[in-house]
Amino acid sequence: MFDLDRWREIFQSINKNRLRSVMSGFTVAFAILLFTLLFGIVSGLSNTFKGAFVDDAQNAMFVRVWKTSKPYKGLQTGRRIQLKNKDYNYVTDEYASKIQYQSARIYKNFSIKYKNEASNYSITAVNPDHQFLEKTIIEEGRYLNERDLNEASKVIVIGRLIKKDLFGERPALGKRVNVNGSSYLIIGIFSDDGGDNEERKAYIPLTTAQKMYGNNDYVSQIALGYNPNLSLTEAVTFGNRLERDLRSKLNIHPDDQSALSVRNMAEANKGIGQFMGILYAIVIIVGSGTLVAGIIGISNIMIFVIKERTKEFGIRKALGAKPASIVAMVVQESVLITTLAGYLGLSLGTYILSLIGDSLEENYFIKDPSVSPGIVIGATVVLILSGLIAGYVPAKKAANIKPIEALRAD
Amino acid sequence: MIKIEKLHKSYPIGKDSLHVLKGIDLHIKEGEFVSIMGSSGSGKSTLLNIVGLLDVHDEGNYFLNGQLIKDMNEKKAALLRNKFLGFIFQSFNLISYKTALENVALPLYYKGISRKERLKTALDYLEKVGLKEWAEHLPNELSGGQKQRVAIARALVTKPKVVLADEPTGALDSTTTDSVMDLLKDINDEGMTVFVITHEEEVAEQTKRVVRLKDGLIISDEITAVGKSKAV
Repeated sequence: MFDLDRWREIFQSINKNRLRSVMSGFTVAFAILLFTLLFGIVSGLSNTFKGAFVDDAQNAMFVRVWKTSKPYKGLQTGRRIQLKNKDYNYVTDEYASKIQYQSARIYKNFSIKYKNEASNYSITAVNPDHQFLEKTIIEEGRYLNERDLNEASKVIVIGRLIKKDLFGERPALGKRVNVNGSSYLIIGIFSDDGGDNEERKAYIPLTTAQKMYGNNDYVSQIALGYNPNLSLTEAVTFGNRLERDLRSKLNIHPDDQSALSVRNMAEANKGIGQFMGILYAIVIIVGSGTLVAGIIGISNIMIFVIKERTKEFGIRKALGAKPASIVAMVVQESVLITTLAGYLGLSLGTYILSLIGDSLEENYFIKDPSVSPGIVIGATVVLILSGLIAGYVPAKKAANIKPIEALRAD
Repeated sequence: MIKIEKLHKSYPIGKDSLHVLKGIDLHIKEGEFVSIMGSSGSGKSTLLNIVGLLDVHDEGNYFLNGQLIKDMNEKKAALLRNKFLGFIFQSFNLISYKTALENVALPLYYKGISRKERLKTALDYLEKVGLKEWAEHLPNELSGGQKQRVAIARALVTKPKVVLADEPTGALDSTTTDSVMDLLKDINDEGMTVFVITHEEEVAEQTKRVVRLKDGLIISDEITAVGKSKAV
């Protein structure tokens, strides 16, 4: 393999027969290029789908209520359903073993004012676990804690863009802002991968909101993170059970989606998982087809090349070349060409994917397309093997032709 | 050097077979300069191919350098060819993408000799055939006579026991024919066995022994005038 003289023979043969070498290399390079692009684009699609759900935790579940759409047990359609603290406590007690994170939510819309700057923002009153459910990233300071809840403190965690709106480049942490007439202490500033809207929100303790605005125990939504040890199917079952349970508890028709529903990320994840599975299966079939076409292409060219070189092999044999040395020469040349060409195709494909980058995200849902190292290694191995086979079979045949017949060939 | 006893060879043609060599007995001693004469179809090329281990015989015995040639596989044959035999072909059979020097050096590559030594030896042999200045030229930049001289240098470079020449002058004009024949004579004078196949009387006359073949049999085997004068 590391016989310098043989490499010299091979380089000379490639160099003196450039057209032939380029032709056989092109087939492989093109196949690998297509393969890489195909895989990259699908991985880009997959990234987009995954990215669409980065806003919330992967195991998040939300219990939402609205008005009834079906009469039930003598109760009218259009009845407004209201969750309360006892419902929240019921859920967190009853299903404790299935729950990782838990938080109630109350939505408010207030103006926040600092000195002369003021604007309206969506303010959510939550429990400390909400940080993990919403995947809130603390940039400065801290998130709400149990003490804030117990004392119903007037503290606020503001989004990065609120800080920018009201404070600009000035520090905001520890400053006081006016929220709907009351003074709140800024204890933290956060960012969120969910987009600009998510970063124009602010969080205050649930208890503070209940005390200050309405003095009741109302809750707008219950947000849960199911136990990550649950399988997707178990998590879906849990969601359905919770939904039925709460409907019966609140006297809602068992099928009334409008009155109370549980949005379960497990269901979405299951669907995406299946969709991506099918997409990858298609890509693997099409990609393998492309590779096979490339391999058949190079095999054809090798057969032609070896036919063309039969006389040369005859001369070499008359001069004392053993059949094995001829096979080794051809195989090594073929492997070299396939590997180089494959690498070229792969590099070109990767380069094109990196050029595409995120530019197709808006219109074509392709985000950061790329190929994984595993696929790259796999494709390379396939290439080397195919080069081996494509060279070996016809070379073996040619090497076994009697030299006298080979010499007669033209 | 070469001893052949009752050699037979047939080629299958469809269902029938063509009996080409019908029992040849021939003994060529070391240092001889022999030509095989015969019209086309007489079996002379077949004989050379068998002697050159490029083809196998059906019946009879063939001894090369005292070794019985039997059940040869390609690997063994390649070794023997490389060790004992040098080939000169009518159509030169140079490798088109290699320079004259590289063509001459190629048999040494298959002998496992280092590149540096190969090229040095090859250049010596090119000088011997008067083509040192043409070492870096490709075959298609050479004339027919020059090509054949490169082929002769290639045949000699491994210092074979026997040089086999199949119509070496068949593609050459009379002037270059003479220069090629002079080279073969020089080789023979150095003690190498030379075995030439030809259908030209002028070529045969310059060898020392002429064996005439007709329809697969030897019809005459005589020492030429040249051979007689040398023997004296």
